[in-house]
Amino acid sequence: MSDFGSMLFVFVLATFIGLGVIRRVSRLLYTPLMSLTNAISAIAVVGSIVVTGADHPLTIRILGAVALFASMTNIVSGFMITDRMLKMFKKQ
Amino acid sequence: MHLVGELSAVLATALFIFALYWMNDPKTARRGVIAGVVGMTVAVLATWIQPEIIHHAWIVGAIALGFVVGVPLSRVPLTAVPQRTALSHAFGGLAAGLVGTAEYFLWRGGSATAEMTHFRMSALAAEVILGFLTFTGSLMAAGKLQEVRWIPQRPVTYPGQNFVNIGVLAIAVGLGVAVAVHPGAPWAQQAFLVIAALALIFGVLLIIPIGGADMPTVISILNAYAGLSAVAMGFVLDSKLLVTAGAMNRSFTNVLFGAFGKAQPALAAGEQKEWKQETVEGAAQLLEQARNVVIIPGYGMAVAQAQHKVRELYDALTKRGIIVKFAIHPVAGRMPGHMNVLLAEANIPYSALVEMDEINPEMPQTDVALVLGANDVVNPAARYNKGTPIYGMPIIDADKAKTVLAVKRSKKPGFAGIDNELYVQDNTWMLFGDAKAVLSDLVKQFGSGGIH
Repeated sequence: MSDFGSMLFVFVLATFIGLGVIRRVSRLLYTPLMSLTNAISAIAVVGSIVVTGADHPLTIRILGAVALFASMTNIVSGFMITDRMLKMFKKQ
Repeated sequence: MHLVGELSAVLATALFIFALYWMNDPKTARRGVIAGVVGMTVAVLATWIQPEIIHHAWIVGAIALGFVVGVPLSRVPLTAVPQRTALSHAFGGLAAGLVGTAEYFLWRGGSATAEMTHFRMSALAAEVILGFLTFTGSLMAAGKLQEVRWIPQRPVTYPGQNFVNIGVLAIAVGLGVAVAVHPGAPWAQQAFLVIAALALIFGVLLIIPIGGADMPTVISILNAYAGLSAVAMGFVLDSKLLVTAGAMNRSFTNVLFGAFGKAQPALAAGEQKEWKQETVEGAAQLLEQARNVVIIPGYGMAVAQAQHKVRELYDALTKRGIIVKFAIHPVAGRMPGHMNVLLAEANIPYSALVEMDEINPEMPQTDVALVLGANDVVNPAARYNKGTPIYGMPIIDADKAKTVLAVKRSKKPGFAGIDNELYVQDNTWMLFGDAKAVLSDLVKQFGSGGIH
């Protein structure tokens, strides 16, 4: 079973890492940053796979499959549009 | 098996940190996308190969559908990027809400593996509330941005609105606390469904009072909620990977709006001055005689899809030895960074895109400031008029330039009816019309020998 303390610890540390890393992101790239974070937040896909794929009742698996579809849409469109936008930034 | 899971979670976390880190420079940013894709693939595969996953066809089907919808969504015109972003927040919220609901009913049905502690149940309630309010809230935001007909564009307000909103949220949170204390009570199942319904309603109520100009803020906040719902899911599923990825992304709002003051809603009342209209010929002459020009783009440029015409004007001016820079306000447009992406699409080098803090000291030496469909971000009232909703917001000092040319769609006051005194300044000349049409005419002046 999960250790409440250690999870909270991870949460706090990750918040600081996030602040440190995102503060350094060029303001120029805030729109691609937003679509990249969309894609990364879709890590919720991991939860959806477990709910969809394990031997659960049908209604539960349907909920999981919709969630999996939604997360996957975010992953695919998030990474692809980020790359598409970044390709356009040229120095000269 | 367990070890593989743990190791791949660590690997994916590290790759996500690098993905964000490489965004600090346009030169390395595309490497960040690759890191993100690899991290995500590792996380998905490590979950998929676990022995309890048996319905592979379901997973393949859902993933395939994700590609079918995701690929076209990644090819929308860049002016529609704010809507796409809002829509993806909606999808993220929906996924979190559904997984949370599924987890709860699995546990009720006795088929969950982990026991339901008060802590897990609280996280579950938070996940469902955040997920579902992000879902409907982001759908509303996307609808407003897309200008869907049956979603009102203007802010919808009514007496007691804050009371109603806070009330709905308070009931949802209160029920969440009750369910967290007694997760197995006979009434908890109904209470859980009521929580989900209230969160869905709250998302709508939260967004209807908000107008287009506040969308950069709203989108960033919904981005944070989508990240936070992933964090809550991480607590529920005991996954450090989810907690880390969600928590890092949540930081966006803090970084972006840390510097912004709190606005007070009220209306400005001042003496009415008259604007002065300029002809395209006159404007072209002003530009031609300038040594340096600062272009300040806003949402009007995006609406008119005028970025390619901007590029033509940029070329025409730089060819004449005029130094042209773009002043980029952090919240110009409908999402943070919106202007940069549109100008990059038009092949304007990013070295010409200058942030607000860097350009402001140069504004008094600027011969011509060309305001292109921007309004609130150049309104001097933000500096001193406590009565305006934008009071305290840092602005681009367009008013300090020697001459100001402002391209504006209509003669009506801007969003929320705030007068912009920049337009009636002695050194300001107005060009009324669609940004693309006005720029087209301006470029023609330079091309056809209208200017010698």
